[in-house]
Amino acid sequence: MPFRLSRRTLLAASAATSSLLLPGRRLLAQEPMGVGFAYVGPIGDYGWTHAHDVARRAVVEHFGDRVKTTYVENVAEGPDAERVIRQLASSGNQLIFATTFGFMNPTIRVARQFPQVKFEHATGYQTAPNVAVYNARFYEGRAVCGAIAGHTSKSGIVGYIGSFPIPEVVMGINAFTLAMQKVQPDVQVKVVWVNSWYDPGKEGDAAKTLIDQGADIICQHTDSPAPLQVAQERGVHGFGQASDMQAYAPQAQLTAILDHWGDYYIDRVQAVMDGTWETHIIWWGLKQGMVKMAPYGPAVTPEAAQAGDAVREGIIAGTLHPFDGPIENQAGEMVIAEGEQLSDEQLLKMDWWVKGVQV
Amino acid sequence: MSFDSTTLVLVTVISAATPLLFAALGELVAERSGVLNLGVEGMMLAGAVTAFAVTVTTGSATLGILTAALAGALMALMFGALTLSLTSNQVATGLALTIFGIGLSALVGSGFVGIPVERLPRLRIPGLSDLPVIGPLLFGHDVLVYLSVAATAGVAWFLKRTRGGMILRAVGESDVSAHSIGYDVIKVRYLAVLFGGVMAGLGGAFLSLSYTPMWVEEMTAGRGWIALALVVFASWRPWRVLLGAYLFGGVTILQLYAQGTGGFGVPAQVMSMLPYLATIVVLAVIAGGPWKGRLDAPACLGQPFRPAT
Repeated sequence: MPFRLSRRTLLAASAATSSLLLPGRRLLAQEPMGVGFAYVGPIGDYGWTHAHDVARRAVVEHFGDRVKTTYVENVAEGPDAERVIRQLASSGNQLIFATTFGFMNPTIRVARQFPQVKFEHATGYQTAPNVAVYNARFYEGRAVCGAIAGHTSKSGIVGYIGSFPIPEVVMGINAFTLAMQKVQPDVQVKVVWVNSWYDPGKEGDAAKTLIDQGADIICQHTDSPAPLQVAQERGVHGFGQASDMQAYAPQAQLTAILDHWGDYYIDRVQAVMDGTWETHIIWWGLKQGMVKMAPYGPAVTPEAAQAGDAVREGIIAGTLHPFDGPIENQAGEMVIAEGEQLSDEQLLKMDWWVKGVQV
Repeated sequence: MSFDSTTLVLVTVISAATPLLFAALGELVAERSGVLNLGVEGMMLAGAVTAFAVTVTTGSATLGILTAALAGALMALMFGALTLSLTSNQVATGLALTIFGIGLSALVGSGFVGIPVERLPRLRIPGLSDLPVIGPLLFGHDVLVYLSVAATAGVAWFLKRTRGGMILRAVGESDVSAHSIGYDVIKVRYLAVLFGGVMAGLGGAFLSLSYTPMWVEEMTAGRGWIALALVVFASWRPWRVLLGAYLFGGVTILQLYAQGTGGFGVPAQVMSMLPYLATIVVLAVIAGGPWKGRLDAPACLGQPFRPAT
């Protein structure tokens, strides 16, 4: 008699197999824990995604056989992201890192369908019982850069290559400008938007045009080492982004703002293993080591190094905040008075420029 | 803008235009023979990663450039085998070639991320290179920049003045007629496609050795697609490709420059739209108006040819 698959036999069969598997499940507790990563760019970008992948490798190194990581790179923000994150969730990963702002809504939607899977979303603001949010205070690093730039720039003109005018980028430009103004009050920060996170050619061209216009410090909020490489070639200085880019600009790189996600990722994997994982929103900076500064380059004078260290140590000790008042906007209105500082909420919504920024 | 900074901006424009010029010239020849190869981006990436890897490994930029041309040609050969010998759909195959090139170049290049390379040396002619304005503008570039301009002249001469060029155009305009008077349509198209691959490979080499001397994944950032648009923009004429590439580079650099000086009061997003807007306008002008017919695409563009036996 041929075997006929009916709904009834299927149900019976699956009940039988699942009851068979049940004791097995417990035996399999030693199986490696699945950890998934969704990346917005290629791991070879040497910037944002590269830094997340370095952290993933730190997780592998720390836990060895106890974890099994899976990553998907070049995930477009939008419907594609939801598909990829769902795929990661349904293929047995217990913890999933969604590593860009644009993955927020897809992550929240998938999280609803997989309540037993934990999700970590970078740089967003929406949480759920199984979705935590983590972000780094990169603007603290920008303030350190500003102090160093103030002691390095001769022309008082800074070229700043921006990606998109979102709060994250705006607060970085403002933090840099304010810190630099403490040394050189009349500094001019020229911002050029390349409308991309990643286009080495265009980023390099933007650096060239800014240097042609007198800038002797190049800052970037884009992901490739191209601007720094141009700075090296033209004999001016700049700051690395996300990774230490010293190899591309041995003389030009003053320091770099390093994204250091590894320790946090290890903590969170451990928390899932221990069953202590809870949702939260964290925004960590220099103090917790999520933002680090690369070793100073050869062009940093002792004076500049001292100024940079003072800012870094002040931020870590809590005696200095990059957005301490008084701060005026471009119209000359006092945004925050002396003795006060901008709140996190104000920072996350920042859409105005401080004096001295030329957009 | 002062005299000096104008020169500097123009030098930047030339380097921004060169990769586009290489890739578009190659594609132009392929399209004039009737083959639409949408894999330019993939071929450029193959060239970029090969040029970088070979230069870093052997220390010879010359070898890097030559192997980049070869890598582009190999990608093109693959495309030719599929579309010309197996008559697969050119659009789909070209798209596949681009996606394949992105993945392959990332794989090959994974060990080369984060390594710097010496920039291609600029040719210096004592006396001439030191002249103000003209010196940096005309005599201060690397060999690939001059090669791209020479190639434009070469392609223009070949298409218009030589027998081979006429055969190539005939194949592109009417493959059946060319075949019936005894020309090997498939062979001509293979050669044209291979030339396209070589040029895209050289464009890629310029990216990874001169424009931004490094290897990072997907460093072409869409330049292969712009090259494709440039061919249409130029209505399949070599010197207009050169003009288009320099115009495109010029508008891109100018908008960056304008932003740095405070802009013209126009939002940055509008400025970055300009080059693309210009392309659309030209396309619209070509499609209608009194030029229609004279500026049309090669008649057999994109159509597979299977010789009747």
